[in-house]
Amino acid sequence: MNREPENVPEPAPLLQVDGLTRMFGHVTGCRDVSFELHPGEILGVVGESGSGKTTLLRCLSGKLTPTAGAAVFDSRRHGPVNVFELSEQDRRRLQREEWGFVHQNPRDGLRMRVSGGANVAEPLMNLGDRHYGRMRQATVDWLSRVELDIGRVDDKPRNFSGGMQQRIQIARNLIHAPRLVFMDEPTGGLDVSVQARLLDLLRELVRDLDLSAIIVTHDMGVARLMADRLLVMKDGCVVETGLTDQVLDDAHHAYTQLLVSSVLQI
Amino acid sequence: MSNDATAPLIRVEGLAKRFTLHQHDAARINVFEGLDFEVRPGECVVLAGPSGVGKSTLMRCLYGNYLVDCGHVLVRHDGREVDLVSATPQQILGVRRRSLGYVSQFLRVIPRVPTLQLVMEPLLENGVAADEAECRARDMLGALNLPEEHWGLPPATFSGGEQQRVNIARSFVRRYPILLLDEPTASLDAGNREIVVRLIREALAEGAAMVGIFHDEDVRNAVATRTFEVAQYRAAA
Repeated sequence: MNREPENVPEPAPLLQVDGLTRMFGHVTGCRDVSFELHPGEILGVVGESGSGKTTLLRCLSGKLTPTAGAAVFDSRRHGPVNVFELSEQDRRRLQREEWGFVHQNPRDGLRMRVSGGANVAEPLMNLGDRHYGRMRQATVDWLSRVELDIGRVDDKPRNFSGGMQQRIQIARNLIHAPRLVFMDEPTGGLDVSVQARLLDLLRELVRDLDLSAIIVTHDMGVARLMADRLLVMKDGCVVETGLTDQVLDDAHHAYTQLLVSSVLQI
Repeated sequence: MSNDATAPLIRVEGLAKRFTLHQHDAARINVFEGLDFEVRPGECVVLAGPSGVGKSTLMRCLYGNYLVDCGHVLVRHDGREVDLVSATPQQILGVRRRSLGYVSQFLRVIPRVPTLQLVMEPLLENGVAADEAECRARDMLGALNLPEEHWGLPPATFSGGEQQRVNIARSFVRRYPILLLDEPTASLDAGNREIVVRLIREALAEGAAMVGIFHDEDVRNAVATRTFEVAQYRAAA
């Protein structure tokens, strides 16, 4: 019997990153990072503090200009474009229309002076929606999807707990139906019980909406639960990559073995 | 490629696996090398040998959960062979979704999802309509004697045997052409073991190919079509 290669056409990658490098003077933020992200895929980026995860995420999401490299995103508006070659205006439009960014600290991702409901509705307004009733309905729908009491739609974010603020931030970043969501330690600052519920919720939403996501975390449990595939970073470089269960169950690089063996069993 | 109904569904060629433990002075553990075998439709190959000989390691290599150092794991998928050793992660996920099921000793699932939903998932992922998926999931949970009042609950608080039955339900609710069974009956009572044996035999009769590890001798004798000694491929230390 002869072997045929699997030739089912693979969908084009949503994001193709090539040789991405960011230096801070002669300090390495991240170096020569390359990977593909496919539609519907969740990529976990793991590593210790200072390994370059957040620098990578900030470059990819257009918040930080890389020193070298390309990130080609298959956008609805322009087709495949190198994010770093877009004009400032086009990049901002891409961020508004097709991306979401969930910060670790909800205060970095929310406007604290306006109500929770206004925070959730704002992305729709930014995209030109002016129909108040429709936006209000979408907001109420999203608040209930993230399991928040819709009776509190007019409360300011500071009157919500940390876990509830994070739910508002998630709703705000999904309401405009983005194709790609960046998440930086989305449950990092929360109690363990709140964290578990939020991770379940995030996972359900990502699956239901067929989103792609890049999630940065130092928590191997979060990585196992959320990610289809992992990049392991150390000193700014990707040292290991593969299916999540393969990387965690049969780590090859010394650093990955150290990370996996350091997880406390309960 | 022949589409002969008796062609192997899984073929392993020249497989070698070793672990390098970097935390322990890069100690090397050679598990096996030059390992060959194949499994045809209707066959249940039972991996034999004492603990530590590499039975579970081999199973995990067959699932793409462990990387191999040498050789090929060729799995029949959508009418052609895919080599899990060189396949992309997306291809491996596709093979696992449609062609290659795995029943482990432990249930590892998303914490808050109810049991019924967990059992429906493999069907939904393969395009079965929700109402049909629910119907089949209910039938399967019922056949495995899992009390109906549990179906709406996530299995985290279930007993070991109940969790294992959820695991089995997820793998038998649809017909995977290939099934890997790593101690699927380890924590079941005699009555439930009987039921699992019946499920395995039905799937074999319909042409599934299986590789299994069973420490329970009765179960092993009831389902094995042949045994495979992993130790014969033990690597030189």
